[in-house]
Amino acid sequence: MTLTALSQFSLPFLMGSGLNVWSETLVGFNVWGLPLGLIILAAIPLVFIALYSLTYGVYGERKISAFMQDRLGPMDVGKWGILQTIADILKLIQKEDIVPTSADKFLFVIGPGILFVASFLAYAVLPFSSAFIGANLNVGLYYAIGIVALEVVGILAAGWGSNNKWALYGAVRSVAQIVSYEIPAAIALLCGAMMAGTLDMQQISILQSGEYGFAHFYLFQSPIAWLPFLIYFIASLAEVNRAPFDIPEAESELVAGYFTEYSGMKFAVIFLAEYGSMFMVSAIISVVFLGGWNSPLPNIGSLALNTWTNGPVWGAFWMIMKGFFFIFVQMWLRWTLPRLRVDQLMYLCWKVLTPFAFISFVLTAIWEIYVP
Amino acid sequence: MQELDTARQASVRVNRKSDNRVVIEKDLMTEQMVLAMGPQHPSTHGVLKLECFTDGEVITEAIPCLGYLHRCFEKTCERVDYPAVVPYTDRLDYLAAMNSEFAYAIAVEKLLDIEIPRRVEFIRVIVAELNRIASHLVAIGTYGIDLGAFTPFLFCFRDREIILGLLEWASGARMLYNYIWIGGLAYDVPSDFLKRVKEFVAYFRPKAVELCNLLTENEIFVKRTWGIGIMPADVAINYGWSGPMLRGSGVQWDLRRNDPYSIYPELDFKVPVPDGKSSVVGDCLSRHLVRAYEMDESLKIIEQCLDKIPSSEGFNSRSAIPKRIRPKAGEVYGRAENPRGELGFYIESDGKSTKPIRCKARSSCFVNLSAMKDMSKGQLIPDLVAIIGSIDIVLGEVDR
Repeated sequence: MTLTALSQFSLPFLMGSGLNVWSETLVGFNVWGLPLGLIILAAIPLVFIALYSLTYGVYGERKISAFMQDRLGPMDVGKWGILQTIADILKLIQKEDIVPTSADKFLFVIGPGILFVASFLAYAVLPFSSAFIGANLNVGLYYAIGIVALEVVGILAAGWGSNNKWALYGAVRSVAQIVSYEIPAAIALLCGAMMAGTLDMQQISILQSGEYGFAHFYLFQSPIAWLPFLIYFIASLAEVNRAPFDIPEAESELVAGYFTEYSGMKFAVIFLAEYGSMFMVSAIISVVFLGGWNSPLPNIGSLALNTWTNGPVWGAFWMIMKGFFFIFVQMWLRWTLPRLRVDQLMYLCWKVLTPFAFISFVLTAIWEIYVP
Repeated sequence: MQELDTARQASVRVNRKSDNRVVIEKDLMTEQMVLAMGPQHPSTHGVLKLECFTDGEVITEAIPCLGYLHRCFEKTCERVDYPAVVPYTDRLDYLAAMNSEFAYAIAVEKLLDIEIPRRVEFIRVIVAELNRIASHLVAIGTYGIDLGAFTPFLFCFRDREIILGLLEWASGARMLYNYIWIGGLAYDVPSDFLKRVKEFVAYFRPKAVELCNLLTENEIFVKRTWGIGIMPADVAINYGWSGPMLRGSGVQWDLRRNDPYSIYPELDFKVPVPDGKSSVVGDCLSRHLVRAYEMDESLKIIEQCLDKIPSSEGFNSRSAIPKRIRPKAGEVYGRAENPRGELGFYIESDGKSTKPIRCKARSSCFVNLSAMKDMSKGQLIPDLVAIIGSIDIVLGEVDR
């Protein structure tokens, strides 16, 4: 029964609810006591992370920016330049690993490592589908908010260890920025947690499922949910140092900010961490406000779109698609807007986002208590 | 260094306790950091070095260090014949080479006192105004990059590419043209050139609006430039500013109007100055707006020239070029309105030689940059970048 389930993998079969049957069977697929099916399901997001972050995040950014700027972008390596990022990585691996003589060697080397680990640690609690979540913590959201802050340590280590004035500026700016923006971001996420009544990421996703698809998502469940949604989106841009808040690495001001002195694979690791964080915040916003792995399609009469498009593998698909969508918006903003100044950034955080986050917090609380 | 000391004293606070005991408190920052911005920095627009004394992110002083691109232009001019100087003038302000040639040609023609065919004058004005648009496009595009907006830059370069194509068609080179010669032109324009220029004008008008929507009207862009690096008109005049920088400070000074040359008196165009409503007069935004409006005025000038230009029948672009240029003994100062301000050539001739015995270039970028120290005091590092961008320097002209 088990092997036949695998052999049924064909495209027309995927379209209907067959995929659900297939993935359900896969979860129960054991070989000599090993949950092989679960491993395959778990491998989907992991392979995706590696593939996406390493190649297609960067490739996508280059192609999207090219599209917005009347250019072609990478075209030479492979068809439409698909292999461009792989070529870049090969080049970066070959490069000499330079540590400046006057740098603090320990901090310089460990900085990118901390950054990389911190940005990928939060992936542990992201529910990629109903069948797969790395670690189903009952305080998953809390953990995800907290672990992102660890990035600051890596940035500070990289900036200070470089022994470069520009890097130091970038590091100090970055610390101020990330620590500040964590407050509105956390309060905004708390609104979502309040609506769910739990901090468990998987539970939050389950609570948003239903046959009406997107109507069950928290964004559409209360009239004020758009406010924390928007606040978290803006704050998350600042947390992952994306434009218009890319102040720590402002290339026209600080050369490259905290990674000015990095080259070769260390630079690639920092780069990778940035794209990793981008997906991570996109995934968090999709889980808390847009239903995570739930299909947005509703059941319309006898057309059971929602039933057809829900299931463990479909879940991974929706989750990744929602993540992609927010990454696309992040890139779109990056290639459209100029950069804010440091003081304007702080103004936005403390005088605009934080008060509004509190307002949305109170309003959500009132809504949750008095409106059933 | 005296200013540094006062700045340091300012960060020391004197508090009086309740028992009237004087307590001297030091602020968190007690040490100035010297930050070398450039010569390899992405937003110093070439090999400019700024020595910044910073207190945190606040700049107490920024001193420009020049000379990294010095190529002995003036000494070279004393070694070559008058016509051979023209390619060197291209390399002063390489973003507006036509205008530089124009200024040099005006100076030498004044010294020689020769009459120029009318069609030559029209072609000169057309190519110079085209080059002015191209130069302003670079200025506006790179200003966007300085403030973190990358896309407008490529939009600008897309349109600039068309102008460069047109000028290449006329002269054979993309940037350093050697097209405007003393007394004439290297060649007449190609037969369809004027038609293509007309097409470009029609093409560019909506693109300028698009650029305006994307960059100039952007809230963040306005916030970044509004009230930054304000230069009052009197100080600007004392510094000897010219061009869009001076007009940005509210002084209606344009050599095409105030000291007219060539056929500019016959043409109808405005000299835009900030009205003080959409920007603070004299700030970075005013200077940016002046450049944006000037592109529009240049389009108007080109359109008028296209209507009025005499036909090419029996026209020889080199007819008025003297066989041998040996001016009478004397000196002359010829100047023209470049995209960056007044570019003037002071030329001295001894009456015997075919080479100038002195050729001094008065460069607008150099003069405009000299006010850097005044403008940058007390600004943040991102503001300093905005100010440098608004000066729109070309280091080739600063260092010569």
